[in-house]
Amino acid sequence: MISVEFRGFAWRHAGRLASAVADVDLRIEPGERVLLLGPSGSGKSTLLAALAGLLTTDSGEQTGAVLLDGADAADQRGRVGILFQDPETQLVMARSGDDVAFGLENQAVPPAQIWPRVDQALETVGFPYGRERGTDALSGGEQQRLALAGVLARRPDLILLDEPTANLDPEGAKAIREGLRTALADTEATLIVVEHRVADILDLVDRVIALGPGGALAADGTPEAVFGEHGDSLAAQGVWVPGAPLPVRPSGDAGEVRLRGEGLTLAYPGADRSALDGVDLELRAGELLAVTGPNGSGKSTLALLAGGLEKPTAGRARVPGERTGLHRLPAKRLATHVGTVFQDPEHQFVTATVRDELAFAPRAAGWESERIEARVSELLERLRLDRLAGANPHTLSGGEARRLSVAGALAAAPGTLILDEPTFGQDRRTWGELVDLIADIRDDGTALMAVTHDRDFAAALAGRELALDQGKATEEATRC
Amino acid sequence: MLTLAPVCGPQAPIARVNPVAKLFAVAAISATALIAADWLTPLLLLAAIFAVVPFSGIRFGPLVKRLKWLWLAAATVVVVNTVFAAEQTGAILFSLGPLEISAGALTAGAALGLRVCVAATAGVLGFATTDPTDLADALTQQLRTSPRFTIGSLAALRMLPLLAAEWRQITTARRARGLEGGRNPVRRAKLFASTMFALLVGAMRRAGRLAAAMDARGFDSGIPRTRAREQRMSPPDWIIMVAAVAVCAIAVGLSAAYGVFRFLS
Repeated sequence: MISVEFRGFAWRHAGRLASAVADVDLRIEPGERVLLLGPSGSGKSTLLAALAGLLTTDSGEQTGAVLLDGADAADQRGRVGILFQDPETQLVMARSGDDVAFGLENQAVPPAQIWPRVDQALETVGFPYGRERGTDALSGGEQQRLALAGVLARRPDLILLDEPTANLDPEGAKAIREGLRTALADTEATLIVVEHRVADILDLVDRVIALGPGGALAADGTPEAVFGEHGDSLAAQGVWVPGAPLPVRPSGDAGEVRLRGEGLTLAYPGADRSALDGVDLELRAGELLAVTGPNGSGKSTLALLAGGLEKPTAGRARVPGERTGLHRLPAKRLATHVGTVFQDPEHQFVTATVRDELAFAPRAAGWESERIEARVSELLERLRLDRLAGANPHTLSGGEARRLSVAGALAAAPGTLILDEPTFGQDRRTWGELVDLIADIRDDGTALMAVTHDRDFAAALAGRELALDQGKATEEATRC
Repeated sequence: MLTLAPVCGPQAPIARVNPVAKLFAVAAISATALIAADWLTPLLLLAAIFAVVPFSGIRFGPLVKRLKWLWLAAATVVVVNTVFAAEQTGAILFSLGPLEISAGALTAGAALGLRVCVAATAGVLGFATTDPTDLADALTQQLRTSPRFTIGSLAALRMLPLLAAEWRQITTARRARGLEGGRNPVRRAKLFASTMFALLVGAMRRAGRLAAAMDARGFDSGIPRTRAREQRMSPPDWIIMVAAVAVCAIAVGLSAAYGVFRFLS
């Protein structure tokens, strides 16, 4: 139990002119469970980092005070535990037990107490393996549970969670929430959690604080009061307000077949079963096929094979007008038939400006410069990137980067677009923008395939669904 | 694939030896091989190393796989130094046109190759049987190295396999954009450089996040750390260190007695 107080707090990152947050005055009582909301750029992560004592004097300039029980937070790192988004970069050690023990060693816990506390923390979060399990053999969800155990084992008085489930699939996210529920039931620690998917964690919190741009207080109160009064404006800012309606964009009639997969199979050498085993599919103009299934069911493998990016061990993916399988086409030709958009947009950026990024594929395909110019202008305007034409792709916000990666894949006008988890970890506003964008692309006559865990996304857009399990198609049903 | 897996199980006798003791033995043997310029000393050292292998619990298959390339490198050293020796001395063993190989040059070349072979084999035996975590523990506990540096390096080592996976992701993502090296070597080189750059940018970001996560868990906060895993120097560890020194002394002694020992050339 610990009280938290920001008194006239402001933080300016080194090298920036404007403050990330300014004039924050906030008090959280001992034992309160707080959900912290706000659009990106409202400084939520900066506030959490300040509480965790991670804002050092060489990384920026602080004014005002951050106090835990009335004393400077920077001197009390040992009383605070923080869980970040990305499971992979939170684990330090090679063995699971050692990783939980790492935080205890740092805290100078006597050696005799370390392993009992490690075991207890692993049990609390429902970690399914023993202490010897290698951290590199864990799924993302399991890694995040291990990282949570590492936080809990230190018995912090203040627990900070920075979008703890944003990078996880639905099963992984559910397991984390269950671990949290168990953990919070037997601790009196104060809790501050940042999360866009509000409905999933609402039962864990008793107070909601919403921030506006620059850390200004926008709303503060019980969940009922905050969502009742400010629901619409919060939804507009990107919060998944519980019960707020979602858009639906049903498709018209599907046109001709644009891409056909025949018996697509991929077996990695040494694996005991094929990652994908004889899957057929058809992508038709003006229709979106949602590919669903649990982790490890072969969804992403199917996207790679259908996109001509990996060589199948059997079967092939073809488009009308090409005699060979897609995987045998040179990359330049491939990009004029099929575009693929990956989860991490940054891997796909190959030039220094947004404009060049859009001109890249048409230029490689040998289009005339007038046609390229017209296409780039059209895409810039349609995807609302015209303001950013001269910007470096790596400086864009998450939503902008996602829009650009879609636009880049579309630039050479391929008949088919394949999307891998397009809505993963997006806030409500970006989600809505993506649904509209993808619906427009579909209604212009592009054939679409989306690998997705997101039921809402599939319900909003999909004409058909292909469900995979253990590398095989279980059903192909028409939905919506 | 990048693999850091040891060549033996965690319960094998050699895996249980204190890493610092192994490090010392490897250093002693490699140093002796490097200061001895004759052919007999490294040969004796190599024989001693292989005499130990059956008792160490090392599986031969994985060991040979690891050693294959190092031995190939040693063989190359022999060939190059024999054929291109500054002067061919002693009886001519082989001649083909202008190419002559003498007994003297072959002995000198073989001695050099054997030295490389000893250092490589000892190094692989020492490091490929050591769990990186155990090594870090022993370094901080026996040699009192700074935890900031040692544990930091260990965390960085854990990130290495992630880089290999990320390389593949970047390459695939670029093929999807229409960017591929193909058969043009200049384009391939350019693409390699830009992929490497993307990988480095990603690695820097990751390192920053990892450092923040370690800080948040109280790493390097000025409190002396406690140890969850104790590494001790047990009597067998001391015996191994003494035995390594003894083997070195005997090898040098024997080759001196045989009259071939030469110091550092």
